[in-house]
Amino acid sequence: MQKDQRSVRDLKIGEKGTICCLNDAEMSLKLLEMGCIPGTVVKLNSKAPLGDPITIIVNDYTLSLRLDEAATIMLKK
Amino acid sequence: MAEVIQPVAAAEVKSATKNTISKIALIGNPNSGKSSLFNQLTGLNQKVGNFPGVTVDKKTGISQLTPQHKAQIVDLPGTYSLYPKSLDEKVIIDLLYNKKSELYPDVIIITVDASNLKRNLLLYTQLADLGIPAVLALNMTDVAEKHGVKINVEQLQQDLGVPVIPMNARKGIGITALKIVISQQLEKPAKSFFDIPDDLLVLVRQIRYYFELKNDYLALHYAHQYKKLSFLSDSDKDYIEDLLQKTNFDSNTRQAGETIERYTLINELLLDSVKVTKAESNEKFSNKLDQILTHKIWGYLIFFSVLFLMFQAIFAWATYPMDMIDLGIATLNNFIQSRFDGPLVNLLTEGVIAGLGGVLIFIPQIALLFAFIAILEETGYMARVTFMMDKIMRKFGLNGKSIVPLISGVACAVPAVMAARTIDNWKDRMITIFVTPLMSCSARIPVYTVLIALVVPARYYLGFLNLQGMVLMGLYLLGFIAAILSAWVMKMILKTKERSYFIMEFPVYKMPRWKNVGITIIEKVKAFVFEAGKIIVAISIILWVLASYGPGNAMQNAEQSARQEAAVRQLSTEETEMQVSAQKLESSYAGLFGRTIEPAIRPLGYDWKIGIALLTSFAAREVFIGTISTIYSVGGDGDNISTIKEKLLAEKDAAGNPFFTPARAFSLLIFYVFAMQCMSTLATVYRETRSWQWPIMQLFYMSGLAYVSAYFVYQIFK
Repeated sequence: MQKDQRSVRDLKIGEKGTICCLNDAEMSLKLLEMGCIPGTVVKLNSKAPLGDPITIIVNDYTLSLRLDEAATIMLKK
Repeated sequence: MAEVIQPVAAAEVKSATKNTISKIALIGNPNSGKSSLFNQLTGLNQKVGNFPGVTVDKKTGISQLTPQHKAQIVDLPGTYSLYPKSLDEKVIIDLLYNKKSELYPDVIIITVDASNLKRNLLLYTQLADLGIPAVLALNMTDVAEKHGVKINVEQLQQDLGVPVIPMNARKGIGITALKIVISQQLEKPAKSFFDIPDDLLVLVRQIRYYFELKNDYLALHYAHQYKKLSFLSDSDKDYIEDLLQKTNFDSNTRQAGETIERYTLINELLLDSVKVTKAESNEKFSNKLDQILTHKIWGYLIFFSVLFLMFQAIFAWATYPMDMIDLGIATLNNFIQSRFDGPLVNLLTEGVIAGLGGVLIFIPQIALLFAFIAILEETGYMARVTFMMDKIMRKFGLNGKSIVPLISGVACAVPAVMAARTIDNWKDRMITIFVTPLMSCSARIPVYTVLIALVVPARYYLGFLNLQGMVLMGLYLLGFIAAILSAWVMKMILKTKERSYFIMEFPVYKMPRWKNVGITIIEKVKAFVFEAGKIIVAISIILWVLASYGPGNAMQNAEQSARQEAAVRQLSTEETEMQVSAQKLESSYAGLFGRTIEPAIRPLGYDWKIGIALLTSFAAREVFIGTISTIYSVGGDGDNISTIKEKLLAEKDAAGNPFFTPARAFSLLIFYVFAMQCMSTLATVYRETRSWQWPIMQLFYMSGLAYVSAYFVYQIFK
């Protein structure tokens, strides 16, 4: 894994990115079902008061997930 | 019935010939309005059972589709796909993939959130490929319209190859249309949405013919999920495993590929039928509200206010109806006892009716707590609670939602354990249920107050810090710490194949649907009364027999000797009766039990009299005080703390020193902080986990913890 590739974890609030790939085989199944398909635009919507979990907007709905889970969603450069 | 036949006669002829009740399964994404639709279709004709092997409630209900056509509807757990990720969702494939299953549906109704069509249709396309006749309930059309989503229903129906009924289940719009459509003979969906890759066809066909399945896609699911299907025998599973190994079947990659392909198809398909005019306005209101409700400071303040209100409700408000139930039971018993006499009457009043009272007494707390929980769930606030608390609670093996059971446990563990049902993850739920009874509940208060009053002086520090109050707070804290630490230990021990996810839809805020709130309350009360209640009544009868009967004619002898002794000492009638009940209790089986276990509890500083109280207070902790009052012949108003205190202070040990030393009292206090002295909680845990394994483990763990801690307290301080 290259260091300079960003994941959803690295987004700032309000920032958008395009999903490039998912790097955890088992979790990717769950994320795909929820609509996190490569090529889809995601926006970091909010963070919990303690910084984790977060909510993202994907396919026009809000999805909540933990930072560890967000870190498996890699973004296109 | 004659007058209703004419308008629907034509449609009826066909279905009436079948003359059986058709079976319908209700399936859909979480938050797609599935439970609203279920409530609309069945009303109060609901029954809660259980799916074998899991802790999910199986809700079934009867719906009158047309005057002549009834259907049995089963509500399946919410899921995003037919590849279940949690143990609860597993029941769906167990039911849909097994034609022999007693609930195997003739028709499925798929609820779909119209404002979030893309993700909701994934499940539909999978179901369509299974080839079960289906109807699509296009729900929340009002929300979709508000968000500027325009759906061309006819086009959608054509593209999906299935009847589409636009509806608003919250308001009951579209229900009649849906009923009429499902009452007719339905075909399986006319379209398929996924072509099984050529290189898998040989494998799939082999499975299909071996199990005599009617379709390839079902066979593919056997390949993916054979381990999860409980109806397959070991040799069946071995057969599939062999096949998969021979063909190097990579389940993860294949599944991912399938999901991506389905989404691509759905995206193309929706271009025709869905037009979005103003985008992104939908979440604005919820987002604004979230800026306050999940704010660093306000978020927690508001949440703790909500918790405080809930706590108040079950702690304080519930006492009024509870007192009334208490009074009602007592009045009924007095009435019966004043009219009739004999041992059977005593069994009825002090055994059965008192036991029933012990069940009914929990109803107000359960109803109030679930009114709150249902509203929190309905509005979408519960998702925010989980969101805010997840990081802290996860460290201890708990879940963001565990906070509600834990705090409710301070009032009463019975509704609190039931509240753990809202936790989706099996492991998190079990840990929460396991540790919740360690929180000091209100039944411990009488025990705490009496014992503290006995040995802790009512001294003030700095003018306002009451020593007794501080000890009381310390006991609560101790319970809380024990709960958290036990959870952490269990997190390490408990193994599960289920992975803990937080990946879920963050629902938008909604007004609660009061009908759903009401149905939740009724359902929870019914589940408790009929399932946990049976066990509670049974145990209270056993405890009553133990305390009222003795071996041989021990009881008569005890009464005689008590009366003789009283006559010698020239006691008043009231004092004589007290003497009689004390001596009778001592000679009963409970007394025998106390004497038998005395060697075991002596290291904790207890004698056989306390042994009796330990046994009887298994019914409920506060019974400890009542038993102690009887044994020490406190008499009169047994609830009066100062009377009990004087009596207990006067009690001397063999050497003539006060029996209730601080060491003894603290040993007892610590014992009651930890011990699982509550049959109602155990019965509830049994009901919620559907197994005796959990309540028995809990009983041994908590009693063991209580014993060891009390032992050290007594040995150190004596």
